[in-house]
Amino acid sequence: MQDQAAHSMAAQRPASGLFGGRAVDCDVHISVPSVKALLPYLDSYWRQQFLTRGIDRISWNMTSDPPNAPLMIRPDRRPANGRPGSDFSILKDKHLDLFGPSAAIANCIYGGMALHSEDMAAVVCTAVNDWIAAEWLDRDPRLRASIVVPLNNPDLAAEEIERRAGDPRFVQVLMLAMGEQPLGKRAHWPIYAAASRHGLPIGVHAGSLYHHPALAGGYGSYFLEDYVAQAFGFESCVLSLVSEGVFAKFPELKFVFMESGVTWLPAALWRFDKTWRGVRAEIPWVKTPPSQVVRDHIRLTLQPFDAPDGAGRLERFCEQMKTDEMILFSTDFPHWHFDGEDALPIDAASPLARKILWDNPRATYPRLNALSPEVAA
Amino acid sequence: MSKSRFVVARTSDVAPGTSHRVSAGGRDIALFNLSGDYFALGDRCPHESGSLCAGKIVGFAEADEPGHYRIVRDGEFVRCPWHGWEFDIRTGKSWCDPEKSRVRAYQTGIASGSDLAEGPYVAETFKVSVEENYIVVEI
Amino acid sequence: MSMDLLDPRERRKAGGALQGLGVVDCDIHPQFATPGEIHDFLPERWRDYVRAYGGFYRQPLADTLAHPRMAPDVARGDAWPPNGAPPGGDLAFMQAQHLDANNVDHGMLMPLNRGPGNQRNLEYGAALATAVNDWQIACWVERDPRLHASIVCTQEHAPFAIAEIERCANDPRFSQIMLPPKSLEPLGRRKYWPIYEAAQAHDLPIALHVGGVNGYSPTGSGWPSYYIEEQHTNVQGMQGLITSMVIEGVFEQFPKLKVVLVEGGVAWAPALKWRLDKHWKRLKSEAPHLKRLPSEYIRDHFWFTTQPLDEPPDDADLLETFELVGLDRIMFSTDYPHWDFDEPSFVAAKLRIGPEKLRAIMSGNARELYGLS
Repeated sequence: MQDQAAHSMAAQRPASGLFGGRAVDCDVHISVPSVKALLPYLDSYWRQQFLTRGIDRISWNMTSDPPNAPLMIRPDRRPANGRPGSDFSILKDKHLDLFGPSAAIANCIYGGMALHSEDMAAVVCTAVNDWIAAEWLDRDPRLRASIVVPLNNPDLAAEEIERRAGDPRFVQVLMLAMGEQPLGKRAHWPIYAAASRHGLPIGVHAGSLYHHPALAGGYGSYFLEDYVAQAFGFESCVLSLVSEGVFAKFPELKFVFMESGVTWLPAALWRFDKTWRGVRAEIPWVKTPPSQVVRDHIRLTLQPFDAPDGAGRLERFCEQMKTDEMILFSTDFPHWHFDGEDALPIDAASPLARKILWDNPRATYPRLNALSPEVAA
Repeated sequence: MSKSRFVVARTSDVAPGTSHRVSAGGRDIALFNLSGDYFALGDRCPHESGSLCAGKIVGFAEADEPGHYRIVRDGEFVRCPWHGWEFDIRTGKSWCDPEKSRVRAYQTGIASGSDLAEGPYVAETFKVSVEENYIVVEI
Repeated sequence: MSMDLLDPRERRKAGGALQGLGVVDCDIHPQFATPGEIHDFLPERWRDYVRAYGGFYRQPLADTLAHPRMAPDVARGDAWPPNGAPPGGDLAFMQAQHLDANNVDHGMLMPLNRGPGNQRNLEYGAALATAVNDWQIACWVERDPRLHASIVCTQEHAPFAIAEIERCANDPRFSQIMLPPKSLEPLGRRKYWPIYEAAQAHDLPIALHVGGVNGYSPTGSGWPSYYIEEQHTNVQGMQGLITSMVIEGVFEQFPKLKVVLVEGGVAWAPALKWRLDKHWKRLKSEAPHLKRLPSEYIRDHFWFTTQPLDEPPDDADLLETFELVGLDRIMFSTDYPHWDFDEPSFVAAKLRIGPEKLRAIMSGNARELYGLS
């Protein structure tokens, strides 16, 4: 563990790339090329299960994350072979070296967490985290990662957090926006307790276990509908996390919504505050307007920024939210939300850009707090 | 601005724990009786003008953490019958936005140093006194 | 800052802008005077059915939702008629307290009673729909011609739905067709297209009033614990409806169809338009039947009622969202007699727009949409 810490601090790149090191990319995707890649990280029981049952030959692509859909893979990020997001050299050459963040947080949205067998899901998550450390974090000191946990068993998820927390390169806990129960429910609290203990934010990423349809009216026909509906799922998240009192119970905990979209939030909070004024007695542990709780505890990654280009909506968002501390820079690599290097919808030299690129991520992730863009000898 | 004093009701009109609506000086007023102390609020929620007199008289629900509920100051709050905003009968202060709420000092005797900042979250209050068996309100 | 809501001059000014203006209230909920009132409109066979079995929904509690509401009968505390009828159940009281007092020229009825469209027993649902439609006319529209009925139907089975629509569509006392947003499939799906075909043919808008019971959780992440969360899902319901109807190509198929979203609020709509446009541009190949931007379909085909009025801290934000949706697409509503009722002069005061635009929202847009005098 000491080696890992020394590794990440001492071997930082010199200031370079588009942002000269003064940036943290809070959402890049890495993907497991195949189940086979996890076999070395399984014990003899699970290796035998996987081999005899042919599990090593199947795909665990997630329905909410089709790897080849145009939005999910920018053409110049597509590997010659293999699954999008599985090629380290593309991440490094076409992205990290280009943008030059001092750190990039890798999120592995992997179908193993959707397995109904709680033990198998837990074992797969542990294997994925081992694989992330060996195949990604060890290869580039800029990389950080979210701890993948089995969403169907919060106690086993808490165990994985404990197991992984000693590696400082893991900087948050990964959950999906749409699982079995709203994320504020007490069933999830063992995860939040473990994360709180270790100063790890919870990173809620767009995605669904499809225990419920994404639309209230049922299952639609198109991925486009479900992708747009991710924002509706995050809106429910806000309501749940605040109403259930997660932040009353865990006052130090922060949540980062990733690939959630941004511009839907102000109207949601206007309404939440309005309703709360009269319904307050139902949730009396919420002692300030919900918008204040959100301002203090919830952050959003930048991409996809769902507004017309050049319309000034990022600045308006900050005005409406009454804070410039909520947005965390992200590219959502390799998803196709922007062309070229246009990851930032505002002038990169502006004070707001500096907050988004650099200050806000470091304030949100305690393990990145001491990050510096300059090289350490 | 000089105020006038109006006899608006008999004390027996307002039983403890109830509200009673009167009109005086061009205003609709909700009278409350908290264990023998009388209070008067403008009978108009500052939100959308619902009649506070038609609202339920309640205590204030509190919780230190999720799942542990208690009521304090039972009977000292009124909920607007429309959107449910809660008002402290004694002060007119709404608890839905404590940062913005201030006591509106119509009364003499309230420290003049109090903030008089008005917000949309305060019900108008009126000074009330009892003379013999009559309730007198200053408007 | 909304401090001047307290200012009597501001409210009189707003009231002044409304003086002489008969408003159109696009959301009024009539209620049965007694639970048995609807039985008069049901054939004997279904009266027996109701006595023995009652309603049969996709939910655990037979007679009510598992998220209790914040007020008895979901109503304003002062809306209980003195004659003992439930809120909304007495026309004379509704006239005095609301229609006359608030200068309502036209009121669009939104009957939420017994959810014909959500009944699992489709035949009962069809009979109930007929009964509710007849009841609206007999007990409300005939007695007060300011009121206009909505055709309810069993949307899950097109033949029954079409039969009821055809029965009522040529009766000018019905102004629209009402469907519950909580249907068994998202309402853009082909299953429901025969209803849209009939609506377009009869030039009747489709009204989608929040609510309904379809057995799915109201969020994509499962069942929320608290009423405050569940109440908010009215928004996600509307967001999902627009998404489904637009992306499924309903408006390519039925270019004259008009949809009214009732009681969902408004302020969430601009961000949804931006989001749909942005992601559709990238995923066009999945839905090549769409020839225009999603936001263009929304602009042309959707109307929004004002209640519950969004209350951003800065009134300028309210106006901006209304303008982004289109001031000509917004129609005043009160939701009488429910607790989150909006009072007309409150709405008028919050909307700092000139009298002409105000009148359009409080009255003109609805008159034009529904062809009212």
